[in-house]
Amino acid sequence: MTRNIQFKIYRYDPDKDAKPYMQDISVEIDATDRKLLDVMVKLKAKDDSIAFRRSCREGVCGSDALNINGKNGLACLTAIDDLPTDKPIVLRPLPGLPVIRDLIVDMTQFFKQYHSIKPYLINNDPPPERERLQSPEDREELNGLYECILCACCSTSCPSFWWNPDKFVGPAGLLAAYRFIADTRDQATSERLDDLDDPYRLFRCHTIMNCVDVCPKGLNPTKAIGKIKDMMVKRAI
Amino acid sequence: MNRIVVGAHYGLKDWLVQRVTAVVMALYTLLMIVAVPTAAGGYDGWRALMSHGLIRFASFVFIVCLCYHAWVGVRDIWMDYVKPTAVRLILHALTLLALVGYAGWATQIIWRL
Amino acid sequence: MAAKYAIRKFDAVIVGAGGAGLRAAIQLSEAGLKTAVISKVFPTRSHTVAAQGGVAASLGNSEEDHWHWHMYDTIKGSDWLGDQDAIEFMCRKANEVVVELEHYGMPFDRTDAGKIYQRPFGGHMSNFGEKPVRRSCAAADRTGHAMLHAMYQRNVKANTQFFVEWQALDLIRDAEGEVLGVTAMDMETGEIVVFHAKATIFATGGAGRIFHSSTNAFINTGDGLGMAARAGIPLEDMEFWQFHPTGVAGAGVLITEGVRGEGGILRNSQGERFMERYAPNAKDLASRDVVSRAMVTEINEGRGCGPNKDFVLLDITHLPPETIMKRLPGIHEIAVQFAGVDALKEPIPVVPTAHYQMGGIPTNYHGQVVMPQGNSQNAVVPGFYAAGECACASVHGANRLGTNSLLDLLVFGKSAGESAVEELKKSPKAHKELHQESIDKTLERLARLDEQKGGASVHDTRLTLQRTMQNHCGVFRFADKLKEGVQKILDVQKDVQRTEIKDKSKVFNTARIEALELDNLIEVAVATMVSAEARKESRGAHVRDDAPDTAANPNGRDDKNWLKHTLWFKEGNRLDYKSVKLTPLTVESIALKTRAY
Repeated sequence: MTRNIQFKIYRYDPDKDAKPYMQDISVEIDATDRKLLDVMVKLKAKDDSIAFRRSCREGVCGSDALNINGKNGLACLTAIDDLPTDKPIVLRPLPGLPVIRDLIVDMTQFFKQYHSIKPYLINNDPPPERERLQSPEDREELNGLYECILCACCSTSCPSFWWNPDKFVGPAGLLAAYRFIADTRDQATSERLDDLDDPYRLFRCHTIMNCVDVCPKGLNPTKAIGKIKDMMVKRAI
Repeated sequence: MNRIVVGAHYGLKDWLVQRVTAVVMALYTLLMIVAVPTAAGGYDGWRALMSHGLIRFASFVFIVCLCYHAWVGVRDIWMDYVKPTAVRLILHALTLLALVGYAGWATQIIWRL
Repeated sequence: MAAKYAIRKFDAVIVGAGGAGLRAAIQLSEAGLKTAVISKVFPTRSHTVAAQGGVAASLGNSEEDHWHWHMYDTIKGSDWLGDQDAIEFMCRKANEVVVELEHYGMPFDRTDAGKIYQRPFGGHMSNFGEKPVRRSCAAADRTGHAMLHAMYQRNVKANTQFFVEWQALDLIRDAEGEVLGVTAMDMETGEIVVFHAKATIFATGGAGRIFHSSTNAFINTGDGLGMAARAGIPLEDMEFWQFHPTGVAGAGVLITEGVRGEGGILRNSQGERFMERYAPNAKDLASRDVVSRAMVTEINEGRGCGPNKDFVLLDITHLPPETIMKRLPGIHEIAVQFAGVDALKEPIPVVPTAHYQMGGIPTNYHGQVVMPQGNSQNAVVPGFYAAGECACASVHGANRLGTNSLLDLLVFGKSAGESAVEELKKSPKAHKELHQESIDKTLERLARLDEQKGGASVHDTRLTLQRTMQNHCGVFRFADKLKEGVQKILDVQKDVQRTEIKDKSKVFNTARIEALELDNLIEVAVATMVSAEARKESRGAHVRDDAPDTAANPNGRDDKNWLKHTLWFKEGNRLDYKSVKLTPLTVESIALKTRAY
């Protein structure tokens, strides 16, 4: 059984377009097209100039984040049946980052913030012969943190990141920061807290919680940010 | 080249103060909800209540808290929306002056009662 | 497109930033060499991210284990087609590379003693095939994700220079056969740059997208294999493709073997645990080729499930919900998302799905690319290294064991990196002069694509390619179907040579990228079909109807004529063969034996 799906897609190719526009396009889908990404692949077969990123199509690589009917999400995890069909599905690039082309944004700023929190384990003891030990309870502290796929749905839905993408680390970066703060094997906790004690880097978070609302992996950056603040308070008083 | 420099190290203090002042203001509000209905009616009753030593002190603390709380909040707004440093500094200064002025003025009113 | 390009010089260039590429990059960056890592996606989007169940290492954290047992299992799993020197090397190195990963910060699950958690996996046994052993080191069912991120993070620490969203186009190989780097395209701007290097390491992953139904990502198009084949390097053992038993029916998304490791059971339409009949000892944890064939047999004999009787069920409803949510949270999520079932309450519909390419660019266990030259079957190609799924060391032979792929990319990523560092330090030399002819060929290919009129659609041609491979070269193979398949795939090849794109933009032209990827897919597809047609025996994942199980050739394996590696050459679509290395490094050879689980 086939049906017709209408789209409004943000289009902009700096090579030929003076300014962005919304393209109306529709496509026939059948029962095997379950996810939005399946349908977008069909769209691209129809018009090969529609540009978007995609890779794993199962929600672990984080490539196909976009703004779907006004809300950020992954195309591969969005069921086509969950989208209202009485009006066209509106696809736009992630908000708040510069557009390179069509649905592809320039993520430089996002990754710059991720890199700024020193996203790697710091442990200056000489590495032992075998694994460093960690109790299952201590390891559990990392659940809900390490699973981040860096898709940028959260940071690009955060008003604080929109206004200060150059100075506010953003939810994804702060989640990663707490992932290392919470790791019992990491020895740089104080330095990490020092680095975040800044009116912009951490404290632009006003607990708006859009990040929690959109995270396709069900993670909670706001909670992680809260825990960083708790640790800072405990350290200061 | 516009280098982004961060690391002003007053983030935690202001964030904490904003929360503490919020709690103080909430307590003051509760105090008022309890105290106002016990006061006698009319201007005289109000005046008696507000000039009571304890209430006078609480009001003063409330005003200071309100101004500090507002300072952090309004400053954040300038930081978000006003990018040129000079303009932002002027706005910060004006905000600060206004808030200090308001605090003095409010205190004066309370102590004149 | 204007035939303009820039040249950039590096000590080493690594193509691909998945597990193998990142592991090699750590080696080179920490040695202080000027290294460029080219990747067509941001590193953490590489397909290693999708690996689930774990990485094999005989750490013995939960019960006694030994690298020698692991070596035996791997050779048996490979149906004796694996090179025993490389397999010994890999199994001995396993503990070292896994522990290193832990030191990089990888969030492994833990035992109560605080050590790395290990779970059972298909084909991994203790004491030379006796009973299943817990050897797979896991981070829940997100091991690949945790591993890839940990290695990317280590590279951030080591200040590795990445070229993200650059598509490598071709290998530069001069008349003497030395490799001098690659040409690549910046996807954002369409700019062409020649990466002139003294060492070139390919870590470009597999080409699972040659099949219509695949667990692989869109990006798994065999770019490194295509580039190598065009540069005159043969591809080894391409007929061997692993079909993973448990891909979600219809969607193809992977369900880890770890599900069966944690106690999951396969059932047919009668609710029968049918693996008991096919592998009485290992049951659901038999090797992947064995399980996949059993599943297809069940379906073919009418015991499939669903309205079309075209899948079987993976049942975990008998497991405690806490175990599922703790050890298999990602699987629970995938079942809801892609199968529409709550795995706590209902079984998951699964079918064998194309998953892993055992063959690839021939290498030795140092990660150096080798090919026949003069009297040597394994002469080193100077300046060229390969690791991970794109390479064939060959540790997987005719069938890979689960969790050995992550181990492969760690061990050989590291060893390719080490070999390159050693080579560069041993003979500090200037860059050899570039080979203009190689560069011109690439520019011609790009110009052809841009100027093509009235050509074939990339999407349709790719679909025909994938359907041809699926129908003619699947889990069970048939002599007549293979013969027909060769003809069909050569027809597809003609279409690939005249693909046309409507979009001519220079900026992030994904239509152009997909056309260039198809140029690589077709090389892999042809190599696979031709190699499979030629191998007249059944071995591991390659099972033919005209090579059945007989007393003379148990399981259809014909060691007398076919205990050898296939080499496919693009030029002349020619096949050659080389011997399997049956002598390990230090221990005795694992003698040929009939494979049963």
